[in-house]
Amino acid sequence: MSVASQAVAGEFITDLEAPPRPRRRSGRRPRAWRVVILVVMGIFYVLPLVCSVKFSLINQKGTYGLQNYTAIVNNGALSSALVLSLEIAAITAAVAVLLVFPTTVLVRLKLPKLTILMEAITILPIVVPPVVLAAGLLQMKETAPLWIVNAFFNHPVTILTPLYVVLAMPLMYRSIDTGLRAIDLHTLVDASRSLGANWPRTLWRVVLPNVQTAVLGGMFLTIALVLGEVVIANQLDQSNLTFPLQMIEFASQDNAPGISVAMTLTALLFTFLLLFMLSFLARRNGPRAAR
Amino acid sequence: MSVVTSPAAPSRRGARRIPVVWLGMLPFLLYMALFLGVPLYVVIHGALTDNGHFTLSNFSAIFTQSQYLIPLKNSLILSLWSSLGPAIIGLALAAAVVSGPRDGVLRRVVSSASGVFAYFAGAPLAFVWVASFGTLGVITLFFKSNFGYDLSHHFDISSQLGVGICYFYFQIPLMVIFITPALEGLKPEWEEAARNLGATRRAYLRHVAAPVLAPSFIAAWLILFGSAFSAFATMLALDGCTQVVVPCKIYFEMSNNVLVNSIPFGLALGTEMIIVVGLVMIVYWYVQRRAGRWLR
Repeated sequence: MSVASQAVAGEFITDLEAPPRPRRRSGRRPRAWRVVILVVMGIFYVLPLVCSVKFSLINQKGTYGLQNYTAIVNNGALSSALVLSLEIAAITAAVAVLLVFPTTVLVRLKLPKLTILMEAITILPIVVPPVVLAAGLLQMKETAPLWIVNAFFNHPVTILTPLYVVLAMPLMYRSIDTGLRAIDLHTLVDASRSLGANWPRTLWRVVLPNVQTAVLGGMFLTIALVLGEVVIANQLDQSNLTFPLQMIEFASQDNAPGISVAMTLTALLFTFLLLFMLSFLARRNGPRAAR
Repeated sequence: MSVVTSPAAPSRRGARRIPVVWLGMLPFLLYMALFLGVPLYVVIHGALTDNGHFTLSNFSAIFTQSQYLIPLKNSLILSLWSSLGPAIIGLALAAAVVSGPRDGVLRRVVSSASGVFAYFAGAPLAFVWVASFGTLGVITLFFKSNFGYDLSHHFDISSQLGVGICYFYFQIPLMVIFITPALEGLKPEWEEAARNLGATRRAYLRHVAAPVLAPSFIAAWLILFGSAFSAFATMLALDGCTQVVVPCKIYFEMSNNVLVNSIPFGLALGTEMIIVVGLVMIVYWYVQRRAGRWLR
């Protein structure tokens, strides 16, 4: 490695001394394949979305209108499902930040050897089948003591939120860890501690504001996750109360796929706009946070 | 002040520091153990017991009866191609985005959209699919009315092909998320060094970029494989799960226990999935350690 980097440095210096080479070529040549890939991917993603917009604007009588969208607000079951899902999303995001943020700071500062353990644990929820998690919980519901069943299994908020926190771990950890990598954590913490702040105050008033875009990014992705999760909800929430379950119900039972598509697009657009606006906030916070 | 306290402080702090630091890990680890570990344990435990006695009969059933073996085969085939395809496309897309300006609108759009599509996941994207290629989908109707060609006769969105391509919608963004840090880790100096030593761009890609990226690519692909293997929401939303794959089988075994108690088989299939995913993660762990050598 050191030999290689010396060689690199050596070549770099000779490069500076040599007459300037035409370096444009390397910048221009990839253009063609870049354009092809971006156009193909653009079509692959945008075309179905445009089709969905058109589909969602056709109401049940076969004419064009906004009925499918107004139904989200006007239909009592739907709007209460939306409120419930946003409630679950908010609690999930808050709990996930509380769990991941201090732990990641601790690992970065004091236990860097545990980074690989954190990565391994937090990647599990992507690959562990949610259907298996749900199966485990169904089995627990059968065998667990009554007070646990009463405390957890009777309401979608109490049973779904703890599991959604687990599902949110990959995105929350990756987001916060990337944010912490971009700042000089050691100096910030040392400065704060030597000025007399205790640990909670240091985390809350010094570190958190410096990684706020990363934390917000993780929270917004958590909202996306909760607004789309159906597998665990489908098995544990028997009365289909959450927003994504209502989506499925409208498509399969009420034979109104237009409403399902309208719900999908609304949720997609909502979370995309949250994240897109955040990317501008990241730039305004200066080059450090923009990384 | 520090002069007064310093003689006693170092030894006491040194002795107390390690346990206190480790205590800080406890909330996170306990939470994951409770809400991820315990359900998985319950599945494995339930698969291995029958009325409180240890048994392997559930496993001998799922590894001998064709009604359990065919879903496994289908699942593995589906996961293989619906992870390898997005891995390659995602790499190309990430490369196209990374070689552009850091602060550009393109990069913002792609990274925001990647997050939304990757984690918004299966079910809602299935409806986008239905709206486009379903029997009443916009594209299907467009072909029917303009060319008299009925797409739905040749391309069924709830077939294995249809479901797999629908997976692409969240797998490609997942790949972009996982491979972008590795691509950003490729230092421009390496290319300059290779060029100065007389390498063509192709030689640089072949002998420098590809070997450095290979472990990260394989690691990301393994995550995609696990993600495809465990995906279930798309199928549930598309048609209530008519595919013969392991997650659907588990779903039906867990919910349909009126005639026969099929729950133990559901739990055994769950354990089977845990084993497959566990093997994938072991390889991932190994590959990821190699990936760290150059890119950190």
